[in-house]
Amino acid sequence: MSQTLVVCPYCGCGCSFYIEEKDGRAVGVTPSTDHPVSRGSLCVKGWRAYEFINHPERLRSPMIRDGGLVREATWEEATDLIVENLLDIKEKHGNDALAFLSSAKLTNEENYLFMKMARATFKTNNVDHCARL
Amino acid sequence: MAGLAATFGSGAMTNSIGEMEDAEVFFVIGSNTTEQHPLIASRMIRAVREKNAKLIVADPRDTKIAKLATIHMSHTIGSDVALLNGLMHIIIKEGWEASEYIKTRTENFEKLKEVLERYTPERVSEITGIDKAVLRSAAEIYAKSKKSMILYAMGITQHVAGTDNVKSCANLAMLTGHVGSPSTGVNPLRGQSNVQGACDMGALPNVYSGYQPVTDQRIKGLFEEAWGVNDLSDKAGLTLTDMMDAGQRGDIKAMYIMGENPAMSDPDSKHARKVLRNLDFLVVQDIFLTETAKLANVVLPASSFAEKMGTYTNTERRVQLSRQAIPVLDGTMPDWQIICKVSSKAGYPMSYDSPVDILDEINRVTPSYRGITFDRLNNSWGLQWPCPDEKHDGTPFLHKDKFARGLGFFDAREYAPPPEVPDEEFPFQLITGRVGFQFHTGTMTRKVSILEREEPKAFLEMNPKDARRLKLINGSKVAIESRRGELYMPVKITNDIPEKVVFSTFHYSDNNINDLTINAVDPVAKIPEFSCAVSIRRV
Ligand code: SF4
Repeated sequence: MSQTLVVCPYCGCGCSFYIEEKDGRAVGVTPSTDHPVSRGSLCVKGWRAYEFINHPERLRSPMIRDGGLVREATWEEATDLIVENLLDIKEKHGNDALAFLSSAKLTNEENYLFMKMARATFKTNNVDHCARL
Repeated sequence: MAGLAATFGSGAMTNSIGEMEDAEVFFVIGSNTTEQHPLIASRMIRAVREKNAKLIVADPRDTKIAKLATIHMSHTIGSDVALLNGLMHIIIKEGWEASEYIKTRTENFEKLKEVLERYTPERVSEITGIDKAVLRSAAEIYAKSKKSMILYAMGITQHVAGTDNVKSCANLAMLTGHVGSPSTGVNPLRGQSNVQGACDMGALPNVYSGYQPVTDQRIKGLFEEAWGVNDLSDKAGLTLTDMMDAGQRGDIKAMYIMGENPAMSDPDSKHARKVLRNLDFLVVQDIFLTETAKLANVVLPASSFAEKMGTYTNTERRVQLSRQAIPVLDGTMPDWQIICKVSSKAGYPMSYDSPVDILDEINRVTPSYRGITFDRLNNSWGLQWPCPDEKHDGTPFLHKDKFARGLGFFDAREYAPPPEVPDEEFPFQLITGRVGFQFHTGTMTRKVSILEREEPKAFLEMNPKDARRLKLINGSKVAIESRRGELYMPVKITNDIPEKVVFSTFHYSDNNINDLTINAVDPVAKIPEFSCAVSIRRV
């Protein structure tokens, strides 16, 4: 059993709490008493933030649409297919025929890399995220 | 964001959550705080109960926070600019404005005064439905205290007039000198954990990280050097709303969506789904098979927040470190690693050993994050930007001696009625929002059993008088029709909502309220309107 300090994945308050880990799974949440925002309390969403992590419906493999059917694929196959199609469309229709949507739920590092990929790799500024506030 | 940036030179929350303890007055507009930002609401409630702070709430609905208010103004939907202008009119007439502050720290005051002249209490009372005496007390309480904080959320930004609403809040704060000191300011409450960070990092079509414009040749040069490329585009890209329109026209052929669910959360989401379906190629990277992922050509399984390390920036600009709590779930990969893989295959190699290396690079290319290093975050509760170097302690409140843009700019706005108002055919105004137990499109919360038990189904809130007229009881099923579509759901009768207004949420994929809402956007901030006119009948 171990405890690790994380930031709540839900609202913009930015509460922190400890996730309790047992056998590699998240099994509980303990608030952090010293944290400047949460100061020992959490709302109902924060208290339950560990439950979806181990949910059986989590995606566990890349998937590819093949004609009308969807099937599992390897990481190599899936990422090859992505790159092939994006580069092909870029070639035929120009850089700005591509668009990238980032996420207000993911980390700063991931948002930074994603916009870097849109701009430096695919040479378009068509990058935005979904939440405008 | 666009509204505050134009007025002050920065679009973030000006002050800090901790400062709420010492505030004397809270002016809350367009924020259902207890439901959307529970821990900020409890700070506010404590200040009201224990320190006699006064609470002014402007919200058409009688929300929980409105019930605790010293003054609750239930103004007509879409009349925010008129309301704010009306308060400013009274403040100037009574001589409650901060003359010295206006003289030394702002510009364009004469123009504001001229526009405000027309917002007499009589006229404003007629537009907003708020009594003149109530307007006067609200104006007096807000203006006369030293420490007055304005807090707002999606309730005022999700309108065609969203940018105007935000600018009007900023005008009100500057008029009374309530910006640039502790426990004051104009404070947008961000809806998701890292909206602030996504903006700060340049997940926006017109700026790199730290709001550095893509159109500026010097900045472009800096990023070309840092990234080792030589042909970055200096043309601003498309916003989400424009991408959807371009997709419809066939100008956008492929989309790569990471960790979002626009097929559900977009206003007029039927339109969004149609556009996504018609793309030549769609990539979705997420932890669950969302409605958007179901439309994709390729779906990549990402790891959850607990399976990786990274930083998030909360609504008060506090950058915090989140640590890896459990091993990566078999078969998944953290988003940052997926991006590295795809980019490298596409011919631009990216290799980082860990998010620490990425943060290092962010520190180098982003002036406001320069001093926010991994080591400092690892040993603290976070740092608030701007933090220009490693000696700097961070910035709890902005615009201390001068505004980020120099002088604060009074940008006077005029009231305009909302784009779709109820008429004979569609007599109800529908507004949409969140309930406390569910979060955004529900991708995460709907998987959590206790939350599902509390608020399991979509419902339509309605005033008892309207319900009586339509012969409805609690739980009766109704058809809700707008110019764009039709949905069915049960009604929940409540006094919390005024007559001729109905409220529903957009969490539930089997009954998506955004099928009905209008796809009109604020021309500046491109935030869509989430209210529209509907008709309701019993089925
Ligand atoms: S615990 Fe509740 S209030 Fe705190 S960040 Fe999470 S969702 Fe927001």
